[in-house]
Amino acid sequence: MSVPILKQGDVLIASIQAALSDNDLVKLRDDLAAKVGRFRSRGVVIDVTALDVLDSFASRTLRGIAQTTRLRGAQTVIVGVQPEVAMAMVQLGLTLEGVDTALDLEEGLELLGVAIPQDRTL
Amino acid sequence: MTDPLRVAVDRDIDVVTARQAGRELAAKIGFSGCDLTLIATAISEVARNIIVYAERGEIVLSAVADGGRRGLQVVAHDEGPGIADAELAMRDGYSTGKSLGLGLPGARRLMDELELDSEVGRGTTVTMKKWL
Repeated sequence: MSVPILKQGDVLIASIQAALSDNDLVKLRDDLAAKVGRFRSRGVVIDVTALDVLDSFASRTLRGIAQTTRLRGAQTVIVGVQPEVAMAMVQLGLTLEGVDTALDLEEGLELLGVAIPQDRTL
Repeated sequence: MTDPLRVAVDRDIDVVTARQAGRELAAKIGFSGCDLTLIATAISEVARNIIVYAERGEIVLSAVADGGRRGLQVVAHDEGPGIADAELAMRDGYSTGKSLGLGLPGARRLMDELELDSEVGRGTTVTMKKWL
């Protein structure tokens, strides 16, 4: 199950649609690192709204993506962590420290300073 | 009680299968909302441990009862290398290098009970329970 990556201006949006295996997550990391360079992106939004579990491997990989893209000149924002998922992460001891987060896609794009067209269809 | 549900774990996608099966059974038992997520996350951690440290094993899910209370039992079993120091393995942040070291202590916090039974050279069995 690979994750579609959309390009909107100088931002990449990775919209996770369903549960991901560890290999899928690693592939997402590699895809994003490559695409940030190819499209000279300044920002990356990863939408995890559809994920019902963010365990230690997923958290570590998301943090890795944020750090990798930062070294490539782009800022990453994780959006859509569900409330139950957030509670489970805290109990596991995972806080995604040092990684930008926002409530949803709209706020994530806002954090990256992307103007959102009023009539956008996403 | 219904028969236990067995999920073979030997590829990374099986981690997802195991936690989804656990979530479904937990919902049937009567768990809801947040508990379902805590249970699925704990299963994810112990299932991944099987693949990372033992390559293969299985997750056995069953409904359990104790007196008046009902719950879910998750047994993660493998015949891998085993854990030399169980006490250390249950400590936050301790890892032999393949993970963040949050799996077992984290899973214990997510569930109500976690018991670790391991013997070097024989394998590891983690038994977790969550009560309604």
